[in-house]
Amino acid sequence: MWEYTEKVKDHFFNPRNVGAMSDADAVGEVGSLACGDALKLFLKVDPETEKIVDASFQTFGCGSAIASSSALTEMIKGKTIEEALKITNQDIANYLGGLPKEKMHCSVMGRDAFHAAVACYRGEKAPQEQAEGELVCECFGVTDEQIRRAIRENNLSTVQEVTDYTKAGGGCGLCHDKIERIIAEIKGEIRSLEPDRARPRKVMTNIQKIAKIQEVLDKEIRPSLQQDGGDVELIDLEGDVVKVALRGLCTSCPSSALTKSGIESKLRELVYPDLVVREVDE
Amino acid sequence: MKTIYLDNNATTRVADEVFEAIRPFFSELYGNPSSMHSFGGNVAREVAVARSSMAELLGASPQEIVFTSGGTESDSTAILSALNTLPERREIVTTRVEHPAVLNLCKYLARSKGYTVRWLSVDKFGMLDMDEVKKSISENTAIVSIMWANNETGVIFPVEEISEIAASRGALMHTDAVQAVGKIPINLDRTNINFLSLSGHKLHAPKGIGALYIKKGTRFSPFMIGGHQEFSRRGGTENVPGIVGLGCAARVAMKNFEEENTRVKQMRDRLQTGLLERVSQARVNGHTDFRLPNTLNIGFEFVEGEAILLRMDDKGICASSGSACTSGSLEPSHVLRAMGVPFTAVHGSIRFSLSRYNTEDEIEFVIEETPKIIMVLRALSPFNLATINAACAVQ
Repeated sequence: MWEYTEKVKDHFFNPRNVGAMSDADAVGEVGSLACGDALKLFLKVDPETEKIVDASFQTFGCGSAIASSSALTEMIKGKTIEEALKITNQDIANYLGGLPKEKMHCSVMGRDAFHAAVACYRGEKAPQEQAEGELVCECFGVTDEQIRRAIRENNLSTVQEVTDYTKAGGGCGLCHDKIERIIAEIKGEIRSLEPDRARPRKVMTNIQKIAKIQEVLDKEIRPSLQQDGGDVELIDLEGDVVKVALRGLCTSCPSSALTKSGIESKLRELVYPDLVVREVDE
Repeated sequence: MKTIYLDNNATTRVADEVFEAIRPFFSELYGNPSSMHSFGGNVAREVAVARSSMAELLGASPQEIVFTSGGTESDSTAILSALNTLPERREIVTTRVEHPAVLNLCKYLARSKGYTVRWLSVDKFGMLDMDEVKKSISENTAIVSIMWANNETGVIFPVEEISEIAASRGALMHTDAVQAVGKIPINLDRTNINFLSLSGHKLHAPKGIGALYIKKGTRFSPFMIGGHQEFSRRGGTENVPGIVGLGCAARVAMKNFEEENTRVKQMRDRLQTGLLERVSQARVNGHTDFRLPNTLNIGFEFVEGEAILLRMDDKGICASSGSACTSGSLEPSHVLRAMGVPFTAVHGSIRFSLSRYNTEDEIEFVIEETPKIIMVLRALSPFNLATINAACAVQ
């Protein structure tokens, strides 16, 4: 059972501003029936002042999706479009006294619906964000742009957090590597401001590579795995393919795929970026 | 507010008789059944009585019953034992709709131990294709693991018939019967089922106790290695209160078997008819004939399950949902998806599971309240039959 705040429960049981608006100036729609939640937001805007004079919604979704939608309409009413555009998903969650982290994507949906409605009002094509970026998560139709924004705005650092906020990676899991890479990239952007990171990469011999990989494994990766009762062993290096065997609890850990991609991103960061990690049985 | 508990496939109330039977084993009767003194020996005698009762419920003999910590341990024990005793066979046959206790174990065995798993599919009624079953079991199959009844839909699989096929290929047969025991007739004497898992808390015994049936003559490799308890088949001092409770629950189940299949079934059928009459665009998930007498899974289209459950909870009604939002994962029920239930209904699926503790009045209350909840949520939803039809027409 989810721990919802009283405010979430209040907005779920007594949602404000419910229903379609026949004379809306703008409509924003996000989500789908297949995804398990969808929000349709209606706005009435004063053309002189660009003030949002009325807002209403229709939501298909869980308790926190309905509460987030209701909260959003309350938050934007009376604000100008410019003011309301500054509302982040975190603001929506805060307004509700917080959301369980697995439900943060409900607040992201609220924010996205409002941005879609504004684009509609301004006569731009409703921002089909799918068209804006490259599709990363096929299960939930999430693009790299959406993931990047969620990472930046909420300072996310793990795949699980990205899933909690955007749903990306919550289905088949095939895109976890891609999400890891996006996270690493964004962290890299921040780091590239530090000058010594920008120096050109030296060409390494195979022996140097192996020694460096072993060093990174020993210093950066194995200690934390061993803490959880697992371990990893370097088996071989073929070209850019690092073959490793997971040991101990890692072998039975349902998130060993995550472990693998974690090792990969660490090696890419500290050895060189073309490395690919493969798990082998021996 | 009164609690109306319609989530008995999740767990059940400990029967009053069971609770009374257990009580002395927490206080004055605390002996160790393995001890040489009569203080312990008296307890051993009660464990033996419980074993006989459990065997009687299953149509088995007492030596074929091993007490475990529950369904999951029984499942792991059976499947791993089969793989250990038939090391030359590298395949497992199971279904896409198993409980995670079997499903995730098989995925792990495929991923980390190199076994090939043949995943049997189900049709839109949740039923197996017997031709596919026959084709999938081969001389290379070590274990066939197929649940007796599905926890989400209540659909019953013909495991006795499948055990014949398994035997004819020299494969071992396991069935997770956690949902079936006590609800439908089981007589293991007449079958080729080698292993059967059951769990106490699904049949009015406490949580933390279960049993594994191991057919006489089946080679066995233990999972819990330790002392000589349970005929050296499961090490560890016996969970005596649990075992005594499970034995009592088995006797209670035999006594109430008729009621489970008449009064409980009638209430379930009344709930089904009542809800389908009052709510449009609702459908039963799972075959309505080959189904447990206590289970009803309904998909309410265009609304989301967690929202339904929250509003039901507000009225004191306990049920569960196959919706993605009720679990930590974002994926809706693997069972309903395997059945090809459309997304419009998967997210709004609600499982009602009854027990003999439910009353006709409770069922009438649920028939009264549920349609109101669905109506409120549908009024909130941007989807309805018209929007869906329009969208389909465009495509």
